Amino acid sequence: MTLIVESLVIDHGAIRAINAVSFKVPTGKLTAVIGANGAGKTTLLRGLSGLKEIKSGSATWNGESIVGQRPENLARAGIMHVSDGKSVIAELSVKENLALTGLWRKDKKDVALATEEVVSLFPILGERMSQSGGSLSGGERQMLAIGRALVARPKLLLLDEPSLGLAPLIIDQIFTTIRKFVTTMNLTVVLVEQNAMGALAIADEGVVLNLGRVVGVDTAENLLNDPAVRTAYLGY
Amino acid sequence: MIQFITAILTALTTGAIYALMSTALVLVWRSTRIINFAQAGQAVLSTYIGYEVTIRSGSFWVGVISAMIFGALLGAAIDRFFMRPIFKRIQSGPILMIAPVVATLGLLGIIQAVIGFRWGLTYQSLAAPVSTDGFTLFGRVIAFSPFNLLVLVFATVSMLLLTVLFQKTNVGLALRASAHSPEIAKLSGIKVDFIRTLGWSLAGAAGGLAGMLYIPSSYLYPNAMDVLLVFGFVAAVIGGLDSLFGAVAGAMILGFAISFATSYVSEKLVFPMAFVMLVVVLLIKPAGLFSGKKSRRD
Repeated sequence: MTLIVESLVIDHGAIRAINAVSFKVPTGKLTAVIGANGAGKTTLLRGLSGLKEIKSGSATWNGESIVGQRPENLARAGIMHVSDGKSVIAELSVKENLALTGLWRKDKKDVALATEEVVSLFPILGERMSQSGGSLSGGERQMLAIGRALVARPKLLLLDEPSLGLAPLIIDQIFTTIRKFVTTMNLTVVLVEQNAMGALAIADEGVVLNLGRVVGVDTAENLLNDPAVRTAYLGY
Repeated sequence: MIQFITAILTALTTGAIYALMSTALVLVWRSTRIINFAQAGQAVLSTYIGYEVTIRSGSFWVGVISAMIFGALLGAAIDRFFMRPIFKRIQSGPILMIAPVVATLGLLGIIQAVIGFRWGLTYQSLAAPVSTDGFTLFGRVIAFSPFNLLVLVFATVSMLLLTVLFQKTNVGLALRASAHSPEIAKLSGIKVDFIRTLGWSLAGAAGGLAGMLYIPSSYLYPNAMDVLLVFGFVAAVIGGLDSLFGAVAGAMILGFAISFATSYVSEKLVFPMAFVMLVVVLLIKPAGLFSGKKSRRD
């Protein structure tokens, strides 16, 4: 299973947010998409999860096109998008938030098992089960949003800026956990991040996006050592 | 004393019917973010169907069930074949806020015209299944009949069933998630469009029930439910539009205000009282008395 994106074009209003973007995401690997604010990272993910219309180009997952598909069908097919802004439903309890991705799954035993696994991954969620989503801190909300996606047993996880607005200590904790479940759950992950340093440190592969175009594709390690990337995105 | 008891019982009965209408409006508001003016037309058309079935089958109860089923199907059809195409064609801009609401007004007119063609503009009466003569209390006949009691029981039971559906079932969780955040619901794999249509059909069934419970105390004509739409709307706004509990509580507050005002002051206060309540609530707490708690800021 591989995600292959070729000459993808997505418009955001009058702006061409994603312009002829091509890259591959190998199975079982964590690929970081880095770039400055406005590079088109979020739009790219919204296109891949069906929230945003793809103008042209192709995107295939496991050989099948995902262009023009509805987000709920892509989600059921194993492509889970954790959108930015700590996507948690404030009015629902933590337990209910976690249950959303299990509602349509046939194997209820596995839903229960997956929920247990999420709680052992993020123990704080276990303590907050009956609290409302809106009462959580930013870090807890991010954990809940990721946890909710994992309950669906996804194959491909699209993470949009999980570090946004969080304290450095919490960012470390979340990044470490992401790295951990990529390995243990054999997940393929696309991690979109403005925090290039943190993202590349845990990623296998990296894609550098600038003003809607791919300006660099390499292993995360090479990108971390690339002088151009360092000056532009890592700040040293 | 008797006047006081009667006022309370009347408040509960009228409040219960307002609650069914406000619940219908809130169900649509939550799923679609529009005020559905066509609700009055849907409810009255469903009641006409219930009326026809009652006459033909001889059973009011079969009529009630038919009205609710028809109401549910009509609601689903309106969402699927009318609202959804409208929303698809208008993606953004200021017209997005107003066009669908105006469309429901147009639909209301169309439904009422269709009723006029089929049944005429005359007043029909629907016989209640039990006596509409008031109970006797301390040797005096009060304005509360076995039928009123039945209305109260039916409305209460249906509200309880709706609450259980929303709070205790998977479908209810999908309905709530889709109402609060359609995007997160979609990304979680919930078929939000289907859930939205389900919300419309629940609203349609509630409207059909409201009509069948209200009309025996009044008359059946194409505009019979318009007044209830207004009261249901006021109740929904008092309750905060977003909350089912608020819709019922708002309806009860309105029922009590109107009942006591008309019983102790003047019969003429029905409409002024409703609108005074609306304005006062909007001035003091525009988000409604029972609007959901805000999320934590950080």
